[in-house]
Order: sequence, then structure tokens, then C-alpha cells
Amino acid sequence: MAHAATAGRVPERGLDVYTQKVGMWVFLCSEVMFFAGLIGSYVVLRFGAADTWAEPNEVLNVPVTAFNTFLLICSSVTMVKAFAAAQEGDQRGIKVWLLSTTLLGAMFLGVQVYEYTELVLHQSWEGSHGFTPAAGLYGATFYTMTGFHGFHVLLGVICLGWATIRAWRGHWGADNTHGIEVLGLYWHFVDLVWIILFTIVYLI
Amino acid sequence: MSEAGEHAAGSADDHGHEHPKYMLIWLYLAILTALEVGVVYVDVATWIIVTSLLIMAAWKALLVALYYMHLKFEPNRVRLVALAPLPAVAIMIIAIMMEYV
Repeated sequence: MAHAATAGRVPERGLDVYTQKVGMWVFLCSEVMFFAGLIGSYVVLRFGAADTWAEPNEVLNVPVTAFNTFLLICSSVTMVKAFAAAQEGDQRGIKVWLLSTTLLGAMFLGVQVYEYTELVLHQSWEGSHGFTPAAGLYGATFYTMTGFHGFHVLLGVICLGWATIRAWRGHWGADNTHGIEVLGLYWHFVDLVWIILFTIVYLI
Repeated sequence: MSEAGEHAAGSADDHGHEHPKYMLIWLYLAILTALEVGVVYVDVATWIIVTSLLIMAAWKALLVALYYMHLKFEPNRVRLVALAPLPAVAIMIIAIMMEYV
């Protein structure tokens, strides 16, 4: 099983890791800097104007977002189970876990759309109706950070949908796991970023 | 050594390890998330809440990176690529903190 993922392939030189995986890690490095820049800006703006920020739960709905965090955590375990199933050549497992991950990712986006809608239409902020991206630094930073993350989730869901369709066509298997592993790295990174954002934006 | 022989000796692509207990990691992540939400409602000093939240977030991030992204099982050369941006992030954090010191 250990060599199943690369059986019949000529190993690549250099890092001795297949090219797509190195490429994804390098891409994720750039993503780390992207989100570090966003979070750094948020910290500077927030501590520079702390009185314009609301307390946790005052404007943002922490229970709903906690549920959304739980969905993303669940999608991470289904993603890694899809990879494990691929390594074992378990076709049914690949389909079930990839489909589950896609649906959980789509549900995360659905809850985020619900959250945005509630904030814009029914939430009040500093005497005005609606908490929008125009609601000062607080609104601008909130929508920028969660919006960029949501965009990453959307891209992930699209790729997962494509990978799921390919699973039904029998594309993945013990001799072809690279695509699922690389997609998994991206998806887990998106989960990891949300873990940080959830704490910084919603809880602190 | 032939290329195939080198591969047999252990390539980074092998993942030649037992699967980690993925569901157990999931349980840890779920429990830590519940604790994070619970901590917000506890009536203690803000610095205690913030510190505990940051520790739990770092713990969760580490669990995802080590077990779900398999960094625990990757060779050092892959870990090096993955950790490459962290010095730059550290410099940025120090620069930001100096704004408020």
C-alpha cells in the first residue's frame, strides 16, 4: 500500500516529492503571506481604533459561526478520509467522502450567505440600520477577511465538485491519488485559516 | 542506486505510515471549538480569555497541519518548504507589536 500512490511512475528528482505537491506547498506559502497581511492589517486597525469595534456576540452571531466552523472541521476529516480511501483503492469510499466534503463546503458557504444577509438586512450598528462593508473600519475589515476566505472556500468547492464527478467516472484509485492529496492540502489550509479568523474576528 | 531503488528506499510521496486516527483528531478539533465558544461567555479578565483563545486556535491549527496535511509524516525537506513563510510572518508580527510598545 505504501507505494501504491506512485506505482509505475518514475520518481521525480529534487525534493523527491511529486511536482504538484511542491507546487501546492509553494502556493500555500504565498497564501500564508496573503492572509498574514490581512490579519496584520486587521490587528493594526483594530488596536488603533478599539472603540469602534463591537464586543463578541454584540453584532456578529457567534453560535451560527461556531456551527459553520464545525461544518468546516467536519469537511476536513471527510477530505482526509477521501485521500485515505484513494490510497486503499476504495472506490465507494472515495465517492462518499469527496461528495460529503463538497456538500459540507457548500453548506459552509450557504451559512455564510445567511450570515451576511442577516447582518446587512436585520442588524443595527452605531444607530444605523444594516451592518454593511461601509460600516466603518469594523465592517470593512470584517467583510474583507471573511469575504476573501469565503472566496477561497468557493474555489475549493468548485474543485471538489469536479473531483467528485471524476470519482464517479473512476478516475481516482490507488494508482492515482495525487489530485486528491493536493486538493486536500488546499482544503485543509482553508480550514486552518478559518480556525485563526474565527478566533480573531468573532471571539476576541 | 537506480531510480526505482531510491524510491523503494523511501520517497516523500510514500506516506509509508499508518493512517493517523483522523476521527480522534476531528473530536479534538470539535471539543476545542466548543471550549473556545464557551470561554467567551466566562466572566474572567480579558487577557485570560484572549490568551486561552489564542492557545486553543494555535493548537487546532497545529493539529490540522500535522495530521490532516500530513506534515508530521513528511520528510524535513517538505516541512522546510511548508515553514518557509513563517520567518516573514514573525518579522511582520514583531513590526506590528512594536507599533504598540
